[in-house]
This record gives sequence, structure tokens and C-alpha cells, in this order.
Amino acid sequence: MVGTYSPANVSDWLAPGRDLFLALQVLGIASFIYVVSKRMVPLVRAQADPRFDRPLTRLGRVFKFWLGQWKHPRYRFAGTLHIVIFAGFILLAARAFTVLIVGVSPTFVMPGLSGRFGPIYETLTDYAATVVFLCMVVAAVRRLVFKPARYAVPAKFGKRHTADAVFLLGLIALLMVADSLFSATRFAGHAQQGQSAESLAFLSLPWMLQIAIASMPLATLRALNVGAYLVHAIAFYFLLCYRPFGIQFHVETSLFSIYFSKLDRGTLKPVRWDVPDEHLDQVKSFGVKTFEDFTWKHILDFYSCADCGRCADNCPSNTVGRPLAPRFLTIKARDYVFQHYPVFGKPNNDSRLIGNIYSEDEVWSCTTCGACEEECPLLVEYIDKIVDLRRGMIDDGNVPQSLQKPLKALESRGNPYGKMEKKRGDWTKSPQLQSTGPVKVLDAKNDADTLYFVDSITSYDDRMQSIGRSTARILSGLGKNFGILGSAEKDSGHEVRRFGEEMLFQALRDHNTEAIKESGVARIVTSDPHAFNALKHDYKDVPPVEHISQVLASEARAGNLRFNSVEEWPENNDRVYTYHDPCYLGRHNQVYDDPRDVLDSIPGLKRVEMQRSRDRSFCCGGGGLMLFYEPKEEQRMGVVRVRMAAEAGANVIVTACPFCMVNIEDAIKVAGMEGKMSVMDLTEVVDQHMVREVGEKDVTTEKLELTTVGG
Amino acid sequence: MPRIFAYIVHKSGVIDDSAAELLAVARALDPTSTPTAVLTGWGPDFDLACKSVSSSFAETWKISNQALAYPNAELVRQALVRVLPSGSIVLVSHDHFGIDLAPGLSIKLNAAFASDVLAIDGVEGNVLKLVRQEFGGQVSTHVRCDISSGAVINVRPGAFKPEPSAAVSGVIVDKSSEVGTLTTRRRYIETIVAEAGDVDITRHSLLVSIGRGIQEKDNIALAEGLAEVLGAAVSCSRPVVDAKWMEKSRQVGSSGKTVKPKVYLACGISGAFQHLAGIKGSPFLIAINKNPKAPIFQVADVGIVDDLLEFLPELTNQAREFRGVAAK
Amino acid sequence: MEILVCARRVPDTSENEIELNSAGNDIERDELVYSVNEADNYAVEEALQIRDRVGGNVTVVTVDSEDGEEILRRQLAMGANQAALVSDDAFNGSDGKGIATILKAFVEKGHYDLVLTGVQADDGAAQVGGMLAAMLEYPYASLVNSIEVEDGKLKVSREIAGGNREINEIDLPCVLSIQTGINEPRYVGMRGIRQVASVPIPTLARSDLGINQGAVGEGAAKVKRIDYFVPASSKGAEILHGSREENANRVLELVAAKGGLN
Repeated sequence: MVGTYSPANVSDWLAPGRDLFLALQVLGIASFIYVVSKRMVPLVRAQADPRFDRPLTRLGRVFKFWLGQWKHPRYRFAGTLHIVIFAGFILLAARAFTVLIVGVSPTFVMPGLSGRFGPIYETLTDYAATVVFLCMVVAAVRRLVFKPARYAVPAKFGKRHTADAVFLLGLIALLMVADSLFSATRFAGHAQQGQSAESLAFLSLPWMLQIAIASMPLATLRALNVGAYLVHAIAFYFLLCYRPFGIQFHVETSLFSIYFSKLDRGTLKPVRWDVPDEHLDQVKSFGVKTFEDFTWKHILDFYSCADCGRCADNCPSNTVGRPLAPRFLTIKARDYVFQHYPVFGKPNNDSRLIGNIYSEDEVWSCTTCGACEEECPLLVEYIDKIVDLRRGMIDDGNVPQSLQKPLKALESRGNPYGKMEKKRGDWTKSPQLQSTGPVKVLDAKNDADTLYFVDSITSYDDRMQSIGRSTARILSGLGKNFGILGSAEKDSGHEVRRFGEEMLFQALRDHNTEAIKESGVARIVTSDPHAFNALKHDYKDVPPVEHISQVLASEARAGNLRFNSVEEWPENNDRVYTYHDPCYLGRHNQVYDDPRDVLDSIPGLKRVEMQRSRDRSFCCGGGGLMLFYEPKEEQRMGVVRVRMAAEAGANVIVTACPFCMVNIEDAIKVAGMEGKMSVMDLTEVVDQHMVREVGEKDVTTEKLELTTVGG
Repeated sequence: MPRIFAYIVHKSGVIDDSAAELLAVARALDPTSTPTAVLTGWGPDFDLACKSVSSSFAETWKISNQALAYPNAELVRQALVRVLPSGSIVLVSHDHFGIDLAPGLSIKLNAAFASDVLAIDGVEGNVLKLVRQEFGGQVSTHVRCDISSGAVINVRPGAFKPEPSAAVSGVIVDKSSEVGTLTTRRRYIETIVAEAGDVDITRHSLLVSIGRGIQEKDNIALAEGLAEVLGAAVSCSRPVVDAKWMEKSRQVGSSGKTVKPKVYLACGISGAFQHLAGIKGSPFLIAINKNPKAPIFQVADVGIVDDLLEFLPELTNQAREFRGVAAK
Repeated sequence: MEILVCARRVPDTSENEIELNSAGNDIERDELVYSVNEADNYAVEEALQIRDRVGGNVTVVTVDSEDGEEILRRQLAMGANQAALVSDDAFNGSDGKGIATILKAFVEKGHYDLVLTGVQADDGAAQVGGMLAAMLEYPYASLVNSIEVEDGKLKVSREIAGGNREINEIDLPCVLSIQTGINEPRYVGMRGIRQVASVPIPTLARSDLGINQGAVGEGAAKVKRIDYFVPASSKGAEILHGSREENANRVLELVAAKGGLN
């Protein structure tokens, strides 16, 4: 603003305007720096976390997730609202800085805006301010009137966050109003004095304000101008310094939380990034027991949470009433760090997290399904933290008895059921396999190019052995030269690791790696997504691994796998199938289409899609050790899922994971839906329908009844 | 053959069923023997108990002492050591009292100790041949016990079938004066009775276990009635807990409790691996199921193909007679 | 409080299938997994909890070959302060009284306020604790499922029929046999064991404890196991084909005969 209307030139106060505003800016910026530096203290004390590699990839993600707001549209209305607000902020940035600087240096113009683009920018930002203001109103109304469920705070987690949220919304709205009034009064002042001025954008907030004040006396306009400026500056700096005290800190930290976010999906953080496996014995304490055991990135995550509740909204544990809600894992940690590393005062950390801000059941309740991480727009990580908290509890011996039994069995027998090692391969002796799919056990005498890694549940559980048999028959039918490790195989250790027993996992992993290497296979196939994920991400130096659905899909595409039409089984005429994405095949490894393509290659097969599918798939209840844990819940995840299938109009759920099978089968009984819903594994469906050599059709002598056996 | 004594447990004037079993054991040891019953206690109920015993045992030794009003094993042991002749064979039921009493008694009597005996194979001179089990009942073993300086033998309840025998009018010998003053460093305070919800199924040697075949929550009463008569506990498989018909503490299975009963009645349980995994020690498994193809019949010892909703009431009625409890 | 726990290494019944060996004189031990007797594990946990409440020391001892070190190390990893292995060929073939004699000598070498054993081990005899107490002339209580420490004495509850609890007061020093379920033992993982890998575990022989050869070993044993056998039983259930009444009757007979009533 030129001329007498610059707040910089105000001389009515103790000091000239420019000096005061300069002081204000310096104070504001200095305070902000102070606050941020205090917020950095716990990060400096935290554990190491190497996140400085692959800068280009990371930058790309910043473009996609930060600038591109990629995850936001998953919640259509709120997402759009946020995108608009974010775009508005970005657009308004230059304008805001200009306004601030103008109070010190009245002739300042932002570089690049002095030419033709200047007025265009002014117009754009007039609208931006208006839109942001409207969004604030809409957001506030949403909070206060419509109260979306995911913002609710259950009593055990504290008071509602509404007041704080509305306060912030109000402040931003105020900022927009102040900015608009500043522009409006300036324009009106110029207009009254007959000077030229850039016009305000039609129907924008500044424009409307200007209409209201146009005929006020000059002195009033001047006062309003200075007043608006003051309010703007104070609001701006107040917000700047206030944000680090709450969820709005994400405005600053989101760029970093996204830049430093995890690149390698499906992998787990090692016990210590700076300690290789061989030296782990020297580490005094495993896992997260006190706050400083978190890494700096984890603490950054706590700062970056915007309290949007999307994670908890999609969390299956939260949905069934378990004590876990990911959102509150973060908020409680954030409140903890705010309290113990205060901006005003000294760090005063005290004690253990478990039993203090977290309960044991809260941490054991997680099935590591990854729905939370999939939703979070700020890419906050959860699974690593849960695993680290579990590592801490295991280290302290604080393990529920229900988990101690299978862990001990895994240690002594290599499977959680305590069954004898030598019987691991006995499922292959089934007479149902001899003619159609005999299975080699790889040893000194036998070798093959493909290993079928069976893992524990498929090997030992009477019901799941059917998946093993189907897979074996399919592989034989496809002419694959394959074998199993038999008693040389131990549990993949996938859940052992995710339940925090790192050393036991490493023992299992090392044993299996050795056995796999000795077998000399070139590739691995498995029908168990947990084994698949383990072999792919937790194991090093093993041949490439595929899930059976991937093999089936590529064979179907190549024309090697053909199916009989469902009409060959008229008794199955009324079957409507729906595919349930297992967490460790779908979300964690993004294999969504292959199983569907396989099903769709079966002529006449009717398939429907559940509302929550693909990366929104709802966890069946968890696998591995989770089958032994006794959660406190209001209902079973499997039951919720079975009802979703019924809602979608299906009566057969197809899944590609033995644990999903166990959970869904149990759930069908518990939900009282026997006879109305059944579940099959993908391999069983394929086994039943696949075209075999002439004369071998209908070799599946096992009748897969709709009501399966169980007790 | 040394003199055989049987320590008889009693409560409120009533003799425990083990008395008849101990009599059978004595007969198995020496068919010609006339074992002597030994009882400790105090008061009118005790007098009643002794009279009752004397109709099955030819001789009953009565040790009456105020300190023995409650059967404190420490005090009972002291009394028995002072009264029993050395070199005797003492038979005790292997229950919570016998476990407390017998091992220490064998030391004080300088006698051999054989615990949880299932069968007597015979006597050869000074060697008693008997049968025990190990590893939670998964294997049996033949054991030789040197009885040259006597023996204390704990007998598994229910292992010996009482034989019907004519009533005797036995003589009661009062041995109270031989006991002297009894002192102990363990004092009985009180007994806390278990609340209904406090049933610990892992402790019971007989379980009436129900599965989905029970069909409705209300039908559970059939199992409970049977359990009460037999002194058993009701346990269940997972679906019953999930349906919230019974508490989790009643669940047998890999994600429930591990039980090691002697006898397991599987009612309406199909026999899934997860459920069976909770049953250890190879109990005698009796399965009742409507479905003749239920997998439980492959692992059970005895099976009955019947509707459990009909079978249980019949079983309960007969059990009442069996136990001598008047039908309600 | 100085607490001693007498532990035993046994085949883990939940992770083994106990079968006879081909010679029929023992169980097949080749593929057995061993661990500390379950009840003894509960006893150690109870000892640790008492120590953490009132202060003191927990020692774990076992009478075994050198294999016994395995379980001692696990209990050290659990938190016991020290462990000792009592081992000597002369002890082989000892019966329950022999073991109690050995343990008595060990107890008398130290000063323990409280001696704990598990209620029973794999042989199901439930005898060593009671025998040890009688030899030491300490008061004894078996089937203990809760312990409260008072001054110079303990308030213990014993598990009796029907789930009832018998409350007793017992003076120290005493011997208790601990029932499973008394507490929730803490978890011991591979890491914990590695951390105590180099803690020394002294081995004591017969002469170190001043035990008379004639009191222990096979020669002194009055109770000897001759063999193992499995009573004949049929594969698959024997289906009863009588009337409902007949079947019910048979069921009751079997329930009684197989030890279901007590």
C-alpha cells in the first residue's frame, strides 16, 4: 500500500508503525523458532532412524501426498474441503508474507508479482481468501452440528477436541477476514481519494467488505486499515506459535512427515537401526518401554497427526470394540511429549509407557492389518510402533499366558501348536493326493526348481490341509516341478516378529533360510500371505517368492490354466461369490487384481464386490499368533466381515489366506449363518473348476460342503 | 503281610466314598485280611462317622482329639505316627488331603510311599507290585514297592471298584489316649467356599463339556444338572463362549483352557482340532453326538449316537441313583 | 526372605506325544522336548513375586544330570538370583525319598526361610515336597494357590475339593508345594536366556553335600519303576448300541471306573 495508508507510517503510537510491526514480526518469528526448537528436543534424544536416503523418491512422494493431497479424497467431502483449504493456503502464502512485510516496508512487492502477474495473483488470492473463509464456516458447522463419528472422543481417551478445533477454525477465518478487510479498506481509501488501485475480485470477501465500508469517512477507513493489519499480524503470529501446541502443527510438520515417511512397504523396523543383527545381544533393552525409545520419526509422527480419525474409523480393532484406536495411540503420545517436554519448563520424563498411557491389551489388540497406515493422509506409521511396544513388553516378560504357550511351542517345535516336527509333512501322505498331486519332499534325494512353502497352519490344521492339497494338485496340474521342505520347514515367523519376539523370529528365519538354500530351488510359491510377506520382506537372500494367486493369474493369462464352466455343477447354481482381500496379500503387497482375474476366468462364475474391498478390505481377525490371543472385544472381526459379504449379496466368500479361512469359518458359525454363507479358499475354487487332462475331471474327491466341519 | 490300615475321610458324620474303595484295595492286597479303619476327628459327627465305618470294617480305630476337629494333615500325621504300629501298610485316598498327609507320613513311619496307585498286581514276599501312570496319564507303569518296613499307599479315587460285601458289626477301639498333646506350626483358619463363577475347569477330574449341539443357552441347565450330581464341572467349546452362553473361563481348547481330566464327556461337540488340543493327558473320552460322522468319534473311547437333549436327562436320572442322592 | 525353589526338568507334555519305545521299557525319548515342570515354573514366579514384594533372594536347585542346567538357566533368565545343580552318578535310580534326602542336604547347607516345590511333576507322585518337609521337620502345606507374607509366618490357601480354598497360617521356615495357576508366570524368551548364558551355575556332588551313599540311588530305593506300558485300547470310539437307558448306565460305570468321580 502506498501513501498515507500504510500501517508502516502510522505514528500515533509510542513508536512509528514500521518499528512496532518490525518488533512484532521479530518477536513472532523468534517465538516460533523457540517453540520449534523446544519441540525438537525429544527428537534429538530419540533413537536413530535413517530416512535421508533416496531423496528423489522422497521428493516424489512429497509431490504426490503433500502437494497432491493424494489420500484426501478417500473421504470425499472432508477430503475435498481440505484440498481446497490447502490449495488456498498455498496460494495465499505469498500474499500473507507480502502483507506482513508491508507493515515494515510499505513499498514491498513480492518478486515475480511486480509485473502483469501481480494483479492476477491479487484476484486469485481474493477468491482464495473467500473460499478459505467459507471452508472454515463449513468445517465449523460440520464439527458443531453434524459431528462426524470419527471425531468423537470416547470417554476413556479424554475430553472432546471440538473446542480446540473450532477455535482454530475461527482463528483462520479471522485471518481471512482481517486480510480481506485490509485489502478492502485500502481500496476504499484509494477510491475515496481518487487514486487508482487494483480492483477487488468480484463477489470475493474483500469485495463484499468494501461495499459495506465504501462510504465511511477516510479517518475511519484508515483506522480500520491499521486495525485489520494489526489483527492480521497478531492472528498470523499467534497461529504460527500456537500451532505447535496442538494438531495444527501438522501444517508445518506434514511436509517433513511425508518426506521422511517409510518407503519400503511391508518391511519392519529392525530393533535398532544402528545395530546389526549380530550385535543385538549387546543391546540392553529391546523395544519401546519409555518415550525416548521411539525414533525421531515416530515422535515427528506424533506431532504430525491432524486428529482426523480416519485411521481409527478404518481400524478393525476399533470397530469391534477392542481397546485400540490408532488415533489415540498417537494423540496420547503427543499429549505425553507435550507434558514431559514442555515448551515452558524442563523435560521431566518419568516412566514406562505401558501401564501409563498405554494398556497392554491396547498394544496386543493390533492385527497389523495396515488399514490405518493406508488411510492416513500424513503417512503416519503405526505398525512399527506397535511392534516396538510389543518388543518392550516381551523384553520385560510381560506377555499374556495365552501367547506364552504358542511362543514356547514355536521355540521348541517350530510351530505354535506344539506338534512334532516330523509330522509337518504328513499332510502330503493323504490318499487324496497320491494320484493327482503327489508332493515331493525336498531332501538329498529329491530336488525341484520350485519350493512350495506351506507354513504351519496349512501343514498341521485338519481343515487348512485342504488348501495344501488343493495347491499341490494345482501345481501338479500346471506341470510345475515343485516340492516342500517337510519337517525341515519351521514356521515362517511372520507373526512371531510382529508380536515382538525378534530373537525367536531370527532363529526361525535363519533356520528356514538355510533349509531353502540347501534345497537349491530357484523360486518359492506359497498359499499363505503371511509366509509370502515374510519371505518377501523379512527374509534376506532367498529366491523370489510369489503367492499362488499370482502364479494362477499369470498362467491364466498365458492360456495354460483353463476352467470348466460353473454350469458343470448345477447344484452350485445359486452361488454368488465375493472375494475377501487378505491384509497381507492385498493391502501390504498390493495384489488385488490377480485373485479376481483368476475368479473371473471361470466361465459363469458370479462375483460381487463388497463395499470395503481392495485397500479398504476389513481384516478377518488376524493370523498366526493372533489366533491364540484372547482379545476383549464386543464382537468378532470375522462376524463383521461375514455380514458385509451378506450385504453385498454373496453366499460364498473366497479368500486366499488360511487364517482368513479359519476366522471366517468360525464367524459364520458364531453369526448363525451356517447354510447361508460359506467360505472357500481360492485354491479350492480353482482346484474344483480347473480343466485337467482328459479323464481326470472331477478328481476332487473331497466334497467341500457348505457347512464345514468345526467345533 | 503287614497289618493294613485305611485312613477314612469323613465330613459332617458321613463317610467318604473312598472308604469302600480302600476296603477293595485292602482285599486286593490280601484277600484274607481284615483291614482296620482309622479315623481322626472330634465331636458327635465324628462319633457318628465311626459308627458308620464299623459296619464295613471289622475294626475301627478312633482317635478323638479336639485339635483334630478339622482334619489338619500336619496334626493328623502326628497322631497317626504315635498310634500306628511300625511296619504297617496305610491306605489313603489320593485326594487333596491324602496328598497333604501321606508323603510326610511315610517318612515319619519310615515306610515306603506309593502315590496315585491305580491297581494292585500282587504281592511277592515283601514286594508289592502295583500300577501307576505317568506323563499326565499317557503311559502306565508297573512299579515294585518294598514293603518290608511298611508302606503308605495313596489310592487314585475311583480306580478301585467297591465290592459289595455283607455288613459287619465291627468293633471300635478308642486310641485317643495314645496320642498325647498335638502341636503344629500350621494352623487351620477357615474354608472359603467357591462362588458359582469360580469354577476352575482345569481342576476337575470329570468334565461335562458342551458344544454347539446344546443348541440353546437354556439347554445348558441339562449339563449343569448332570455335573452337579456327578461332582463335575461344565466346560465347553469355543462357539458356546462366543455365543455368550458361558464364560470364557469354561472354554476348553487351544485358545481356551487346557484340561487334564480323567474323564471327558463331550456332548454335542464335533471334535475340531482346536478344541481337542485343549484336552491333555488322554482322558477317557465319552462322546455324545447326533451325527454319527462327527470327528469326535474318531478320537473318543466310547461313543453314543443320540440326541444329547434326550440323553443328558436320562444320564442325570441314573446318576442320581448311582450316587445315592435322592431324586429332586 | 531367602527362598529356595526345587525344580525338575521334565518332558513337556503339551508339546510331546508320549509313546513307548520299541523295547517297551521306556518312553521314546529321542524327539522329546524338555522344559521345567510346569508347577515348578509357577513356584519360581511366586518366589520372584514374593521377593519383589518383601525383598530377599531366590535360589533354584535341581537334582539331575548336567541336562538340568538347561532349566536352571531358564529360571535365572526369569529372574532368580542364583541356581545350583546337584548331580552325581550315585543319585541315579533314586526314588522320591532319595531325592528328598538329597534336597534335604542341600537345604541344610544354606539358610532358607521358604522352600517351594511344584505340586507334582511328570510322574504324578506329588511326594518330594511333603517328604522333604518331614525330613527337615518343617511344617508343610500342599496344593497352595495363594501366599500372603506376614511377620515370621505365611497365610496360605490350599486348593481343596469343589474349588474351595482352605486357609492356613504356617510358620517359617516351611515347605510349600505350589499349584499351577497361582499366578501368571512372566515370559522368558531366547534373548533372556542368552543374557544369562555366562552366569556360573555351581554343580554339587554327593560328597559336597555329605550325603550317605546308602541313603540314595538305586540301592536305597524302595519304589522302583519296572517298565512303561500302554493298556490296550481300540482305535476309534466303541459305539454303544444299547437302549438309551443301557447306554446311560454304561456311561456312568465308565465314568466311575476311569476315575471321573472323587
